[in-house]
Formats: sequence, structure tokens, C-alpha cells
Amino acid sequence: MNVEELKKICTSVRIETLNSIVEAGSGHIGGSFSMVEMLVALYFEVMNIDPAKPKKNDRDRFVLSKGHACPALYAVLAARGFFPMEALKTERKLGSILQGHPDSKVCPGIEASSGSLGQGISIAAGMALGAKIRGTSENVYTIIGDGECAEGQVWESAEAAAHYELDNFTVLLDHNGLQIDGTNEEVMNPRDLSAKFAAFGFETIDVADGNDIEQVLAALKTQRKSGMPRFLNCYTKKGAGVSFMENQLAWHAKQPTPEEYAAAIKELEAKQ
Amino acid sequence: MNAKKATRRAYGDYLVELGAGNSNIIVMDGDLADATFTKLFKKAYPDRFFDCGIAEANMVDMAAGLSTMGLIPFVSTFAVFGTGRAYEQLRNGVAYSKFNVKLACTHAGISTGADGGSHQSIEDIALMRVIPGMTVIVPADEGETRKAMDAAIEINGPVYIRLARTETNILPDHPFEVGKAAVLKDGNEVALICCGVVVDECIKAAEQLESEGISTAVINMHTIKPLDEQTVHKYAAKCRKILTVEDHSVIGGLGDAVAASICGKGGFSFKKLGAQDRFGQSGTPAELMHEYGIDAETIVLNAKN
Repeated sequence: MNVEELKKICTSVRIETLNSIVEAGSGHIGGSFSMVEMLVALYFEVMNIDPAKPKKNDRDRFVLSKGHACPALYAVLAARGFFPMEALKTERKLGSILQGHPDSKVCPGIEASSGSLGQGISIAAGMALGAKIRGTSENVYTIIGDGECAEGQVWESAEAAAHYELDNFTVLLDHNGLQIDGTNEEVMNPRDLSAKFAAFGFETIDVADGNDIEQVLAALKTQRKSGMPRFLNCYTKKGAGVSFMENQLAWHAKQPTPEEYAAAIKELEAKQ
Repeated sequence: MNAKKATRRAYGDYLVELGAGNSNIIVMDGDLADATFTKLFKKAYPDRFFDCGIAEANMVDMAAGLSTMGLIPFVSTFAVFGTGRAYEQLRNGVAYSKFNVKLACTHAGISTGADGGSHQSIEDIALMRVIPGMTVIVPADEGETRKAMDAAIEINGPVYIRLARTETNILPDHPFEVGKAAVLKDGNEVALICCGVVVDECIKAAEQLESEGISTAVINMHTIKPLDEQTVHKYAAKCRKILTVEDHSVIGGLGDAVAASICGKGGFSFKKLGAQDRFGQSGTPAELMHEYGIDAETIVLNAKN
């Protein structure tokens, strides 16, 4: 798929994400939009998956450690055909396969329930270790948040992933700089996250613009230099794709007014 | 009744036997392999043993991920860390997804001894039985430990096996079925309902009571969840006194499980409205309060019935 086609998919994923959140009446727009390019790169270009056989044995695995941003993941899974687009209208509603946070018991394509921060990265590392034990070829990917990095468990898992030399494991950081209570620096300064992961033993790549799908793809497709797990520090904008939402803390989980919704859709549709 | 063995030792021994026949079994420990006896498995199958360091939260969630790859992780550490430090990892990382992880924790209860209160878990049964879908087994001796491990492998989902540090007598061989109490001795005046290291104490107590003319039953309730309510009700109906005995807090453990089961079987009606051992889900607050039976409509219905 060429870059222009992928960019169009990113835009339609943002539209579907916004629609589903508005339909649900709640949901996390900002952190969903900031990681759209990462998800589209993984699900449309990088991962070995088959939506018709969501449980096929040799599939690559993805765990959304920052599970609250699942509306974008749901939109990507639907676009990829894991379930009908219609299901997006049921998000966060009673009986839906699309729970407020991902539930692997009920949703095709979700490998592990997540949303309790710090846990998804460990679960994903366990999957990567499992492939190593079995001698199989699956790659495992996870997206973590920058605020999430305050969880001590992130560093427990980083230590273990390096200890077991999980060269089939890639951690993508959605580094949008904002969390519920403020900027990362205000709430709990994470300092140099690339240096920290490197100190734990990861091969690290900085992606200057994580909302540029070419840059994200280039990083994902870079040959590993070592037998170690990899960390992609993707600098993104919270709310990326809609100018008045970008880098605005308020859009972590706020609902748009009808006027804001119309303006957002107009801006997104202009890109298609 | 002369041979003695700690259930933690029985666990370590049998892991090695199980590992020989099932290559999907892997073992994880949090730098306590020497004390939990997973060191025996480590020696026999170093490629399938993973020391996760002193980082229980990550260990439990890695086990969750490993289980999705067709492996059967047995995760061990002391009960206070495995069920306490990693509680939410078990709740959200393992049980919420219904992942096939076996948590086997040692050093449960005050019988742990010299290490003191910080290392004696007296709330692990409560913490584990409150998690929807979790099976909770407290073996009393070597035989039950082995059978509990066999049963845990057959169950596709999370299982907690509670093990002791101290040595206990090996009981006469008896049938073991998850969720079915082992009635070690019948009686019709006093019923001792017990689990784990205190089963042996209850047998001794029953012998003395019998010698004083008091007919005493000893019910080894090795499975706390699912509880064998049928057996509980049978003895509640025929005995004038029920004593529950456990090396655990009286809050939330075997005693509370038995009490909840028999409460309402006497002269008054008692029913617990709330989440009936199931997780929550998305919905509006009103929809969910109805779905989980805690809205006014359901309360009225239950009050009238």
C-alpha cells in the first residue's frame, strides 16, 4: 500500500473513532488520535495477521497497553475486517463486544484485556517470551503511554524483556506529552525515556514525528542491530489530526459540542 | 500417619514429575525458588524455568501473556506477595481475560513461623476467592497437593493453590475432586470444617472429642471456591455446632464462605444482592444496576420472594 493510501486510512480511522466516541457519549479522543499512525502502520503494513482467522497460530501479536485509547484500535480492527463497521456504534454500551476498555473475552482481534496501566507491556513481553520458548516466529508489539511510564511495572517488564533478550518484541511509546492532570513534566517528570529504555538494554529509535506514517513505518522496518528488544520513542500530538484538538489537554477525554464535532469532521473530511 | 511433608515440598516434587510428561508446563518464580521448591523444576528443566526476579507484578502479567501462547505457567512466590503485591495483575491481567495461569503460593498462614507477621499471609484466600472465575484450592497434604495440581491443569482458567511452609502429616489416601469436600470422619453433633495445615489438628481434636462422647465430623474443605455447599448444608442440618478452622483470617476465608452458604438456611431468610461472582461490563449506570440486581425493582422482587 502506498503512503497516500495509508494516510487516507488514518483519516478515515480518525473519523470513525470520533463518531464512535460521540455515539458512546464518552471516550478518549486525544490519546486515540495521537497513536493512529502507529496502529495503521502495524495493522496495514507490518503485522502478520489474518482478520478472517483472528486466532491463526503464527500471527503477530499486539497489546494496547494504554487501553483507554481503544476507540482508535477498534476503528482499525473494524477497517481491517475483524468485525463489521456497524459494531463501532455499540461502543461502551451494554452487551457490546467493544467495552470501555479492551476485553479479549468478547472482542475478535483483542489479544489481551488491557487498560489497567503498566500491565499490557508485561503481558506482551510474556507473549514474546512464549514465542521464544516455543521456537516460533511471532513478533509482538505494544503501545504504551508516556504517563503510563510512571508505573513501576513498566520498568519491571523492561528489565525482564531485556533479560530474556526478546528480539521479537517492540515497545512503541505514544509520546504526546500530556496526561489527565497536566503535562508529563508537571505530573511526574519521566525525563529521558529513550535513555531509560536504552539503559535497561533496549535498542532505541527516536521517531521525530510519530504522526507521520512514513517515519513510523521506517522505524518499524529498520533492521535490528542487536538481539535485544526494541523501543520506538514516537513523539506525537495528543488529538493529532484536528487542529483545535492538537496538544490540548482538555481533549484527553472530553466530548465535543455539536459545533466542535461538525468542525472536526469537516477538517478531517477535507483530507480525504 | 507418621510421614510428614510440607505441601510446598510436595508441590516442588510433583512439578518435576508433571514437567516430564507435559512440555507445555513452565514455571516462574520471584527469586524464591529455594523456598518454594520450584528449584527442583529449575534443576530438571532449566529451559522451562524463569526466575522473574523480585518483581511479582511483572511476573504475573508475563504469565498471562505466556498462557496465550499455549503454555501452562505455574507461578510461585510467597502468598503475601503473589496474591497481595500482584493482586490487581491477577484481577485484571489474568482473571478478567480468563487466562490459563496457575498461581501456587507458599508460606501461607501463621504456620509459616519465624519470619513473622509481614510474611504470613492471612488474607490470600479472601483476595483470591473474591475474583470472578478464580478456583481456590488449599491442599492439606502431599496427596491433595498432587491431585490439586492435576486438577489445575485440567481447568482452563486461573487457579490458586495455597501451600504451606510447615510440614504436616500425610493423611490416609482419599478421593479428591475440585469442589467436593472430603469427609474424613463422619459425626452428628459437632462438624469441624477445615482446610490446609489445620486438617490434621482437627483430626486430633475430633479423636479427643469422641473419647469424651461427642460425635464429631471432620470435613476437609480443600476447595474454597467453588464451595461444596451441599456438604455444608448437610452438616448444618444435622449438627448442633459448626466450627470452621483455617490458618487464615476469620474475615473472608473458609469461615465466611461457609457462613454465607448456611446463612438463611435457618429460621430467617438471608440473601446477598450484589455482583454474583462476575466482572462488570460497559453500560449506563442504571442499566448495570438492573443487570447486576441492585436497583429498586430487583430489591423489591427479592424482598417479596
